[in-house]
Amino acid sequence: MSANGTPMLELEGINTYYGQIHILQDENIVVNEGELVCLLGGNASGKSTTLKTILGLVRPRTGTVRLAGEDVTQLPTAHRIKRGLAIVPENRRLFGPMTVLENLEMGAYLRPKADLKAEFERVYELFPLLYERRTQLAGTMSGGEQQMVAMGRALMSQPKMLLMDEPSMGLAPILVEKSFEIIKHVNESGVGMLVVEQNANVSLSIADRGYVLSTGRVVLEGKAADLLQNEELRKAYLGR
Amino acid sequence: MDTFIQLTLNGLTLGSVYALIALGYSLVYGILKLLNFAHGDVFMVGTFIGFGAIQLLGGTVNPIVPVWTLLILITLAAMAGCAVLGVVIERFAYRPLRDAPRIAPLISALGVSFFIAYSMQLLFGSELRNYDTFSLDGGALYLEGFDIGNVRVPMIRIITIVSAFVMMILLWLLVSRTRVGKAMRATSFDREAAAMMGIDIDKVIVFAFVLGSALAGAAGVLFALRIPTYATIGFLIGLKGFTAAVIGGIGSIPGAMAGGLVLGFAESYAQGYISTRWSDLLVFVILILFLVFRPQGILGKADIRKV
Ligand SMILES: Nc1ncnc2c1ncn2[C@@H]1O[C@H](COP(=O)(O)OP(=O)(O)OP(=O)(O)O)[C@@H](O)[C@H]1O
Ligand SMILES: [Mg+2]
Repeated sequence: MSANGTPMLELEGINTYYGQIHILQDENIVVNEGELVCLLGGNASGKSTTLKTILGLVRPRTGTVRLAGEDVTQLPTAHRIKRGLAIVPENRRLFGPMTVLENLEMGAYLRPKADLKAEFERVYELFPLLYERRTQLAGTMSGGEQQMVAMGRALMSQPKMLLMDEPSMGLAPILVEKSFEIIKHVNESGVGMLVVEQNANVSLSIADRGYVLSTGRVVLEGKAADLLQNEELRKAYLGR
Repeated sequence: MDTFIQLTLNGLTLGSVYALIALGYSLVYGILKLLNFAHGDVFMVGTFIGFGAIQLLGGTVNPIVPVWTLLILITLAAMAGCAVLGVVIERFAYRPLRDAPRIAPLISALGVSFFIAYSMQLLFGSELRNYDTFSLDGGALYLEGFDIGNVRVPMIRIITIVSAFVMMILLWLLVSRTRVGKAMRATSFDREAAAMMGIDIDKVIVFAFVLGSALAGAAGVLFALRIPTYATIGFLIGLKGFTAAVIGGIGSIPGAMAGGLVLGFAESYAQGYISTRWSDLLVFVILILFLVFRPQGILGKADIRKV
């Protein structure tokens, strides 16, 4: 909301391959400071690959990834996390045999130990349930609870730029609404966000801007309000 | 009854050494899903470093340092030397094959194993090396101790058992309490998710090799305090450590500890009640039975990974 036009995250001319398969094709995406941007697209359109490219889990063959203006294309993942990036991954990817508390601690892996207490307090304030369940093994929690752990874990690092891969997947409608409220809330505290979603309506309703991906190409982009009205958006989905 | 106590004591001594070795297999397997066949040879190198260190310290008849200092120094030397060896093996034999098909690092592991064993044989010959700990303080380590019934529990066994357990407890604390230990557990559960947290996977892997190899070094010294060693001993002992890890559920740390003890007892009772000639065979029968019927080990549980 408080988007003030300074780019926090930039993808410029990104081409990412898996082996010989060309996945992302000349992708350009910008997320400004404090902005909430959603990345839409059908299955296998390259949304998760985009996030992995941003994190450095896969390297683009050509193109540039910038964080707060700095070229990080060649930097390892840990260095990007240190610069304020965090992710709520697809399928949550919690550390199942570890407790909720330990999962959160892993989220703050690169934070100085001295800050840990404050981070925990912040996250517990947002998700009081996680405090109650701190000794429960993450793998034994329900889907909705796991989603909270995944969110809390990502927030433990005090990110400036948060990536979310289908945060509403597998949640009951009431929980979807609730999780988008939290996303909105976190965004309003100044965190830039790139949210991957298949659920275009809900995500566009809280986003500032959006991009639509189809077979690795950005086929549509614009203000969320405009995209919501857009006829082509439906077409883009149908043409996946 | 005395026989039983004696065999139990033997099993405990043997088992605590197997447990230390099994931990190295499990630590590495947990993170890399790699059977580090060279691990037994790292153990062997540990036994030799201990032997060399004793000679440097003046031998056991007339050591230049007090007995306890000598024992601690040779253990630390073996741990440090093996840790370095473990790092070198990881760096040159496994890391270049990180993204290769899984069979490649396995073959590399076998190659490293033979390379170490036969290099040592070439350098130091194939004869038995005896620490001769009986000469320390005129046999004090064997004569002192306490009795259970009519069975003497000599100091030398107490040293082995207590040190092994202390190391296992320290490792357990490290893995369950410290940040790097938790990062190891996170990495072994889901490597990519761990990377997403900013955990440096390469460092975690090196750390696993350092820990596992240092424990193998310690196990080498504790073993060779009482039993002569030789250049190719790593094959047999490594296979036993591996069997212990499989019994406990490979990749599991408490499993490795439990598996080591179970195997130690099984081997010792088999030696006492059946025959010494069959005890090694028993180990392999156990290994095969577990691999076929219960590959997840005794402590293996259903996968609690959800979604
Ligand atoms: N590790 C990989 N190796 C090879 N191909 C991959 C790999 N990961 C993804 N792909 C392929 O890349 C393409 C894009 O996948 P990606 O996961 O980015 O899609 P997505 O938009 O996130 O889809 P979904 O909505 O189903 O999560 C797919 O065709 C997929 O099969
Ligand atoms: Mg995806």
